[in-house]
Amino acid sequence: MHDLYAKLKDHFPLGPLTEQRADLSFFTVGREHLRSVMLHLRDQEGFSHLVLLTAVDWIEDGVFQLTYLLNNRAACQDLGVRVMLPRENTSMDTIHDIWPTAATYQRELREMFGIDFPESPGVNDEFILEGWTGIPPYRREFDTKAFSEENFTHREGRETHDPAEHMKKQLYPDGE
Amino acid sequence: MAYQPDRSQYPVKKEDGTLDIDLTSGKYLKLWQGPQHPGITGNMSVELTVCGDEVVEGKTHVGYLHRGFEKLMERRTFIQCFPIVCRICVPEPDFNEYCYAAAIEELAGIEAPERAHWIRTLILEMGRFNSYMMYLGGQAGSLGLGVIGQWTTYVRDLMLDRFEELTGARIYHMFILPGGVRDGLPDGFEKRMEETLQEAERVLEDVHDVMFKNAVFRKRTIGVGYIDPALFEAYGVTGPNARAGGVCKDVRKDQPYLVYPELDFAPVVGEDSDMFTRADVRRRDTLMSIDLIRQLLSKMPSEGPVMTKLPNVLHWTIPRGETYIRGECSRGEYGYYLVTDGSGFPRRVNVRGPSYTHAVALLERLIVNTNIADVAALMVSLHTYPPEIER
Repeated sequence: MHDLYAKLKDHFPLGPLTEQRADLSFFTVGREHLRSVMLHLRDQEGFSHLVLLTAVDWIEDGVFQLTYLLNNRAACQDLGVRVMLPRENTSMDTIHDIWPTAATYQRELREMFGIDFPESPGVNDEFILEGWTGIPPYRREFDTKAFSEENFTHREGRETHDPAEHMKKQLYPDGE
Repeated sequence: MAYQPDRSQYPVKKEDGTLDIDLTSGKYLKLWQGPQHPGITGNMSVELTVCGDEVVEGKTHVGYLHRGFEKLMERRTFIQCFPIVCRICVPEPDFNEYCYAAAIEELAGIEAPERAHWIRTLILEMGRFNSYMMYLGGQAGSLGLGVIGQWTTYVRDLMLDRFEELTGARIYHMFILPGGVRDGLPDGFEKRMEETLQEAERVLEDVHDVMFKNAVFRKRTIGVGYIDPALFEAYGVTGPNARAGGVCKDVRKDQPYLVYPELDFAPVVGEDSDMFTRADVRRRDTLMSIDLIRQLLSKMPSEGPVMTKLPNVLHWTIPRGETYIRGECSRGEYGYYLVTDGSGFPRRVNVRGPSYTHAVALLERLIVNTNIADVAALMVSLHTYPPEIER
């Protein structure tokens, strides 16, 4: 992976390489170089399988991390390419023309994180949610417990436990 | 060579790339297949636009059982997520447990004992068998062969009995945990498993005779639902859907995990990439799973620990990191992308289910120009489970 990283670094400004395992590495790239890096990896380096595209919300840093995970089956290598984007009015270049299946991932990211991918087919169509008007629910500021308490009524007759206390009694009865 | 319709001309595309479909013309009809429909694979639906009995456009709709599993995990401790992850795929839940547990082990620096690896592999193969049994019944049922589903449900039930005596549960097992598995094999398990496998082989022989030699089944599946192997990479096609097209994608061989390097097997591959070949690849893969279960039981160490001692799981924090763990489930590549931030909760969990690519982008492409009577069989032939699409 070091050879590939060095080769890529000659062409593109890349962040440091993180080798998670012998067959899995990550690096960060600027958004303006993402498409070029993707095309290069697919066409020149054999990373032809887009495994997944997802986002991580680093709300404390004010950024979204997009992770494009690619696989080179012949070389048994996985490569995670990270792109950091500001959380406000986030938009990113589409890659549906490189992998058509990316349109589905981008549509989900638009709905769940509010990250726009202009020109991605059907990106504004509802995917999983229906008639959702609140903030995109996979953002960190979306509170699932508050949402549930606001929208669903309590059912009488159901015994409830505080999960932490209950598990403590079950797993560590001696108070370990 | 299978028939490949020319999809470039009909119906005409507008300048923005969408199809020029005038519903008021009387030429086209909108039709919903699902979510309540016998010819749909689980809780999803396909919005069809048909012209006569030919589909001109299909759109996949999901979300009918969305519970936000990935989001819910972000406010639970690592160990509390286990009752959630298995529910992401009902017929084959064990891959969720394995991938999530293995991701935690990697980021937390935990090593599971060797015997636990053997038992995990056994559970995954038993789950694969069950999933294929559901598929074979569904595929036959989608073409009117209802009795096959009754036979395969019967042997699946026998395997559920084995699951019950091994894990204490039939559907959601929660048996694979970080650090290993909950327990070893019960006394006499090997003997009872052998009886189950022999019964399964007998039923699969009947299935082969009644389903795969059936004239109706052959006429309606051979050459239908063809996936061009050139599309595999573009559409993220993995598993039996790819192997039926001659591309030997199998994570068990490509990037071996658990004890697969110790086992003797060769991935099942087909050539024609149509519905019949996909069904046949899965039938033969089931027989291979039976063989793998026998190999596992004969080679598995009978002594030794199955679980590593974990830190106090209520106060368990995992250093910042990210990883991806994959496995070969009955539908293709299944994987977990886990991000941790040094706290006691996962920062982000992303589940990569094979249905995500197969049931949306790929299905929407394949469904065009299909006869409406073949839509159900085509969907089943991709072997998709909606929960892993919407998570």
